[in-house]
Amino acid sequence: MRIFFFHLMPYAALDPATETEHDSAWVTLPNRHFDPATGADLYNAYMDELEAADALGFDGIGVNEHHQTAYGLMPSPIVIASALARRTRNAKIAILGSALPLRNHPLTLAEEHAMIDVITRGRLISGFVRGIGAEYHSFGRNPTESHDRFHEAHDLIVQAWTQPGPTSFEGRYYDVRYVNLWPRPYQKPHPPIWIPSQGSRETIDWAAHPDRRYTYLQTFSPASAVAKYLALYREVARGYGYEAKDDQLGWAVPVYVGTDDESARREARPHIEAFRRRFLRMTNEMLLPPGYTSLASMRGIFAAKRQSVLSDGNDMDGMIAAGMFICGGSETVAAALAKHHETMGFRQLLVMLQFGTLPHDMTMANLERFARHVMPKLKPLGETRAAAA
Amino acid sequence: MGVPEPATVAINGCEVAYRRTGAGPTLLYLHGAGGAFDWAPFMERLAEGHDLVVPEHPGFGRSATPEWLESIEDLAYYVLEFAEALDLRDVHVVGSSLGGWIAMEAAVRGFPRMRSLTLSCSAGVRAKGVPTGDPFLWNRAQQFRAVLHDQALAEAAIAREPTPEQAEIDLKNRYAFARVAWEPRLHNPKLKKWLHRIRVPTQLLWGAEDRLLPPGHGEEIARLIPGAVLRLIPDCGHLPQIERMDAWVAAVAGFIAEH
Repeated sequence: MRIFFFHLMPYAALDPATETEHDSAWVTLPNRHFDPATGADLYNAYMDELEAADALGFDGIGVNEHHQTAYGLMPSPIVIASALARRTRNAKIAILGSALPLRNHPLTLAEEHAMIDVITRGRLISGFVRGIGAEYHSFGRNPTESHDRFHEAHDLIVQAWTQPGPTSFEGRYYDVRYVNLWPRPYQKPHPPIWIPSQGSRETIDWAAHPDRRYTYLQTFSPASAVAKYLALYREVARGYGYEAKDDQLGWAVPVYVGTDDESARREARPHIEAFRRRFLRMTNEMLLPPGYTSLASMRGIFAAKRQSVLSDGNDMDGMIAAGMFICGGSETVAAALAKHHETMGFRQLLVMLQFGTLPHDMTMANLERFARHVMPKLKPLGETRAAAA
Repeated sequence: MGVPEPATVAINGCEVAYRRTGAGPTLLYLHGAGGAFDWAPFMERLAEGHDLVVPEHPGFGRSATPEWLESIEDLAYYVLEFAEALDLRDVHVVGSSLGGWIAMEAAVRGFPRMRSLTLSCSAGVRAKGVPTGDPFLWNRAQQFRAVLHDQALAEAAIAREPTPEQAEIDLKNRYAFARVAWEPRLHNPKLKKWLHRIRVPTQLLWGAEDRLLPPGHGEEIARLIPGAVLRLIPDCGHLPQIERMDAWVAAVAGFIAEH
């Protein structure tokens, strides 16, 4: 198993009163709630944590992109990944991911990812996403074009990375006479591409396609949903006539390791509950603007009332029971993750060791306990199979 | 007069549903983002003394959703082709909100079959500095409260739970609306510079209390279409054909009779 420390960089200092005063932590939450001096402390603490993970022997560190929200302070993951590039030695740097349709020109992303890949001598993992519904409100970008723009931007980026330039690209949204990237990426044929998702058949069909075989990363979901979508990926791959490697499957999950089960739960509770209640909050209209999902998927979502990630119980016990949060002493955490690995067979595990309001000292302790007591037990799992594949 | 049965006509490969009833001058009603799935009381009234034609735009209601529906200009060409397909002549066009925008887009492209134009709380033009509502961020209840001035009417509308069929149509309409009106939001920045090409008699009917598209947008359109007259309807929101049906129908019929 390969283990990554995945950070969302929430604005942890967010006034708890916003939970009742505003209907969302996205789009319309007034930015007077962001204090730049506090922001400076948070950015530097969070980057210290990511750098520590490199020193502690994590296989990689992960950052992501979200806009105009207290949920995450990385509107450009490129900025954070660039800063980490020169402050880390061994860890892969995973951008999970860049929101392709929200950028005006995909070539800027092809260039920036290539720069980081070259600077780090091939430590970049590229992730591509569409951006969430709320961000189509924030940017005014048309959600009905989201899928098409994503696919076209992806094609342009991969062409820029792989075909000797200059070439030309003729698309509906992007029309470029000279595709001729300087620098070209360091890794051949290009940095690995991961596709983070909350679970969608369309995304899995696309990512698993034999032309791509991209790593599918299921983010913050009940373990049953993770198992379902990872199994679906394997099934879709078989439908395409090949066996998916464990490498192609990943899971991102918040984890807290305490000195024992009881203290772990006591310590983590307010912080993981703040994550759900304070930072994930948004209205249905923000989450699902028209066209962001197909009409057919939207009907399904309406039938189920609401995506489970936002409707399940907000309390920690519910999250632990659903396998959305792994919490306990190191034995408990290692056993839970090993068990999930055995049933799901993912090779990429992304642990979110900071979540919600978890402060720096507790995050560092969590990182160290995880690295010392849990990681050594997990790393060998499945590696014989991965080597044989 | 009962509710007329919908017919269909193929427009550039898209099956467009429409209803037609009544006798008199031809009145083409272009619906707004809410669609025209239901036969509304104001339609019944318009059909008295007019040959009323009410299509459901491509992507809306009973009509098919064509691949080619990408932006407002596609709906402009659909209206031009629809009028040709039915051979509508001397058409008095009445457009509400999104429908008004479509009417203007069709008109600047050359719409010789059009005889007069009534724009009701029309989208399509952004008056700088005049605030607009955001129908895509509103939920169902917020939407009713924002578009209707009479809040008792709004609460009554909210209390009527939509049938599964209505909910399905609402969702479909919302998808089509977003395709053409999300970005730029509810207007075409390039439209203003050609509005002088609308040379038919034009009136604008506007709810004085319209919070989605306040009357400042109407003033801007009236300034740009030669000879256009803006009539404000007091104590009324974005849907005067519903909130002030009598006054609205009288203004539409009176204008058509004059021209």
